[in-house]
Amino acid sequence: MPPDRAALARLPAASRFILRGKPAAVTAAGNVFGIGLPEQACRAAVAADRAALWLGPDEWLLLAPESEGAELGATLARAMAGAAHSLVDVSHRQIAIEVSGPNAEAMLNAGCPLDLDPGAFPVGMCTRTVLAKAEIVLWRTMPLCFRVEVSRSFAAYVWRLLEGASREFGPQPKRCGE
Amino acid sequence: MLLIVCPYCGERPEIEFSYGGEAHLVRPKDPASLGDAEWADYLYARSNPKGVHAERWRHTHGCARFFNALRDTLSDRFLATYRIGEQRPDLA
Ligand SMILES: [Zn+2]
Repeated sequence: MPPDRAALARLPAASRFILRGKPAAVTAAGNVFGIGLPEQACRAAVAADRAALWLGPDEWLLLAPESEGAELGATLARAMAGAAHSLVDVSHRQIAIEVSGPNAEAMLNAGCPLDLDPGAFPVGMCTRTVLAKAEIVLWRTMPLCFRVEVSRSFAAYVWRLLEGASREFGPQPKRCGE
Repeated sequence: MLLIVCPYCGERPEIEFSYGGEAHLVRPKDPASLGDAEWADYLYARSNPKGVHAERWRHTHGCARFFNALRDTLSDRFLATYRIGEQRPDLA
């Protein structure tokens, strides 16, 4: 059921890797990951249930289903062997929250200073930024849907902040973890 | 809010950035050969101009990269930003 105003949801656990490297390693990683890692700043590339998010000029966040993590890590490391790189499994470092609905932009702007108008922050755009006192990765996955990646230790803070912002727009959203 | 143009990400709010001190300082190749005064000069003496200042910034809560900026210390206006390794732009 599409949210009529604004909704918050905790997304399922996922495999996450931070990859840093020069083009040789990055190309090799993209080949086995199934998605060429985006070269354009602040853009995400998606294929099936995997995604690659540009975080910096030599840094990407790779997302995949939780069950694929162990094998994926080994596959990526094998593909990049011999090319200088850094591959860190951060699956359990952060959690993902989905913010959706016609008021999603306003909810996020309660703590995020970016211009989230679709013209300035279109579908497919992603970036590290801040949400009040927390650092987050924000990714617009659909016109009315954002994915927020946040460190585990900041998750409760971010959830409550967004929940507070959402009260302006509608009924109480679901509690984190329910 | 003050907007700063990150050379990688474009125009972004100031609170995503952190200041990194004066730019283009070159660490002496052989510090052991310097006298105390010269070493102290490298460590502590800064140009501190009233006007255009070349300085390092980091897009900490963004792409996390360091870059250089020319900022007018009198007006707090950013005149140019450029990537590490690039020449300081000629504003004239
Ligand atoms: Zn940046």
